[in-house]
Amino acid sequence: MADKVQRIEVTLETQLDSVDLAESIAMRVAESVGFSEEDVHKIGMSVREGVINAYNYGNQQDHRKKITMTVELGGEKMTVRVLDQGKGFDVSHVPDPLDEENLLRTSGRGLFLMRAFMDEFEVRRGHGGGAELVMVKNIPNAVSGNGQNKPG
Amino acid sequence: MALQGTTREVNDVVIVDFSGKITLGEGSSLLRRTIKEMIDRGYKKLLINLEDVDYIDSSGIGELVSAYTTVRNAEGELKLLNLTKRVHDLLQITRLFTVFDVQSEEEKALRSFR
Repeated sequence: MADKVQRIEVTLETQLDSVDLAESIAMRVAESVGFSEEDVHKIGMSVREGVINAYNYGNQQDHRKKITMTVELGGEKMTVRVLDQGKGFDVSHVPDPLDEENLLRTSGRGLFLMRAFMDEFEVRRGHGGGAELVMVKNIPNAVSGNGQNKPG
Repeated sequence: MALQGTTREVNDVVIVDFSGKITLGEGSSLLRRTIKEMIDRGYKKLLINLEDVDYIDSSGIGELVSAYTTVRNAEGELKLLNLTKRVHDLLQITRLFTVFDVQSEEEKALRSFR
């Protein structure tokens, strides 16, 4: 069967509500392709962290800027991209939150959680110069990404 | 569900029973306000009951760390009680289990304060 890619693109305002909205969209898509409850939670939380990153650090809470979230199903994977309109950042400059000296920091765990919860995670420079967070979760018992649950 | 918190006092320990989500926005703010209020009122022994909190994001984790340092700087003690599996796992992967005193029984937790 040909591997058909399905794609949803959502433009989000740089506001707090976008965090919940993005999370709930990602969770619905994840549920629809048969991820376990725990994986749905992990995907939702990763997307949440990605959008928080775009809202706070990328777009610096500037309401004139947008956040673009893309969800793709295909190749037996769910891929989520979160693109901001900030200046981008070098992931190697982000302190490791597991280092003893960073344990009491009150921020800086978002990237770590995305990396921990997803199967693949990468930070790229988006076409407009902002950061693009790319996170991938492999679909269990994939049905070639056709967006349907397996028959019960 | 939006975070809610109620407080009760047992001897000189104040127990805060939270329920809902501790996430960016209202949840994190309520946690911060509650801790500040307890410290301002002179409480030094805080037990944060997370039995009905099944979701904490990175902002919520940051707020818990902030609560810990705020109470410690006031020469007090902050302990966590009754973590759900998700919150337990989250504190484990972020290595914060090594920072927080995590308790699983209220009676024992109350006795563990100095």
